[in-house]
Amino acid sequence: MAGIIEVRGLSKTFVTKDANVEALQGIDLSIGAGDIYGIIGMSGAGKSTLVRCLNFLERPTAGTVEIEGRDLNSMSEKELRAKRAEIAMIFQHFNLLMQKNVTDNICFPLLYGGVGKKDGGTRGAMTKKEARKRAEELLEIVGMSEKAKAYPSQLSGGQKQRVAIARALAANPKILLCDEATSALDPQTTQSILQLLKQINREYGITIVIITHEMSVVREICSHVAIIGGGRLVEQGKVADIFEHPKTKEAKELIVKGRGEERRTLESRQRDLMKGKCCVRIVFSVNSSFEPVIANMVLRFGQPINILRADTKNVEGIARGEMILSLPDDVKLQEEMKAYLVERGLAVEEVDGYVV
Amino acid sequence: MWFSDPAVWEEVLSTAQMMWDGLLETLAMTLLSTLFGYILGLPIGVTLAVTDRDGIRPNAAVYKVLDVVANIIRSIPFLILLILIMPVTRMLVGKSYGTAATVVPLTVAAAPFIGRMIESSLKEVDHGVIEAAQSMGAGTMTIIVRVLLVEARTSILVGVTIALGTILGYSAMAGIVGGGGLGDIAMRYGYYRYESEIMIVAVILLVVLVQIFQTIGMKISVKLDRRKR
Repeated sequence: MAGIIEVRGLSKTFVTKDANVEALQGIDLSIGAGDIYGIIGMSGAGKSTLVRCLNFLERPTAGTVEIEGRDLNSMSEKELRAKRAEIAMIFQHFNLLMQKNVTDNICFPLLYGGVGKKDGGTRGAMTKKEARKRAEELLEIVGMSEKAKAYPSQLSGGQKQRVAIARALAANPKILLCDEATSALDPQTTQSILQLLKQINREYGITIVIITHEMSVVREICSHVAIIGGGRLVEQGKVADIFEHPKTKEAKELIVKGRGEERRTLESRQRDLMKGKCCVRIVFSVNSSFEPVIANMVLRFGQPINILRADTKNVEGIARGEMILSLPDDVKLQEEMKAYLVERGLAVEEVDGYVV
Repeated sequence: MWFSDPAVWEEVLSTAQMMWDGLLETLAMTLLSTLFGYILGLPIGVTLAVTDRDGIRPNAAVYKVLDVVANIIRSIPFLILLILIMPVTRMLVGKSYGTAATVVPLTVAAAPFIGRMIESSLKEVDHGVIEAAQSMGAGTMTIIVRVLLVEARTSILVGVTIALGTILGYSAMAGIVGGGGLGDIAMRYGYYRYESEIMIVAVILLVVLVQIFQTIGMKISVKLDRRKR
């Protein structure tokens, strides 16, 4: 079955004074309706150029892009503009009008996007009043109702992206292109934006294409993924398959890099676990690794303890084991356990969430 | 005593009347020339910004022509321009001297300069916002009116303030060819008749005018800027 987006043999060459830069070479993609399709690559791989070719903000040098079976190459400028209104886009830096408030930003595509009614388009199909009403509904969906009158400079990054998503949804698009939409956001905000995108995909059946350099984003919400490296498509398929059996060097590299990101997410979850608990960090020197200290301690006190993290760190060329333990709530027991660990020659230090 | 002499008072009164008239003439010249300057300069600036290589409708030929013409007019000293276009002035206003006649060369001198300021204001607009509008299917005119001019509003208003000050300065030069206004007064009394008191008063009035324009202009542009918290 043909997908909602079919890319065949797409190449893009930028002509500069000194040289021709081949940003993309012979890309083939098939994106199914309702998919959340990740396009991942290191920076400079050409993924941002690729996403701009999907709505012809950049015209490809060669190859075709078909949206719902219609070749964008065959369209007039006017038809193309009408088509773009059905392909919404959000950006890394949100790209909201700074001089307009949230409501006016969301009304923009309703009042001025696409082509005019005279040309058979939909622009101006809504009165200002109707557009405002639609903006209100959209703000409800993205959870920003109370900020309707605020200006973008008064909002946080995550809030701005929510407004940008509302603006993107305004004209009932079939496709949503996300160009590094979470790259300027912190991990928690990234999570909430990804959840929102997931919800939009589920409830409105909008096909989402996500451009990112973060493997964690792909793993979190994408059903399919394409890996771009050096302007070429190196691997594509279902996310689960690629994670289990990465074939190419690029895929493996991204997955390894993704582990680091995963650890950061885990660490932030860990911090939540540690809140209100008595936690200690113990460091094993070379000798102490002979004795099963933790196991012995559990046997001795008859109390379970929770290992929040265990890691080996290379400090000045010597491998040192490090663990973070969450001790039972009983204060007396805590003291006894700490004393026990110190007796075994371990460095023991009480920590709170921020030390990790 | 001198203040009981009605002749002195008569002179003071007539000088004050002259200053007032001069002030009004200067204001009229400056404001009208700025207005006409923007009517001509705004399209020039928009075209320059839009047709430049990284604009939304690149067009090397149009850009180059406007670019060269704007540079030529801007490099002609105002005094020379004033004399050069006298035939045009006579055709438009009917005479080549006086306040109304001065508006013509002032406008011609101001338009390319205003165009350049508009161009630079529009080029400051974040390219991402333009791209966002394009991704929604907005056309060139829509982007100019609804994105570029809106987002550059503060910068454009700062430009208006600068333009007012500059045109006010040019208008004073027009005094040399009988253009009227405070500059004319300063020239006639100070330079030709050595009555420096009158010249000083006229210059002070000019300074005060520039200050007022500057203050009001900046106040408005800051007030209309939504980028602050």
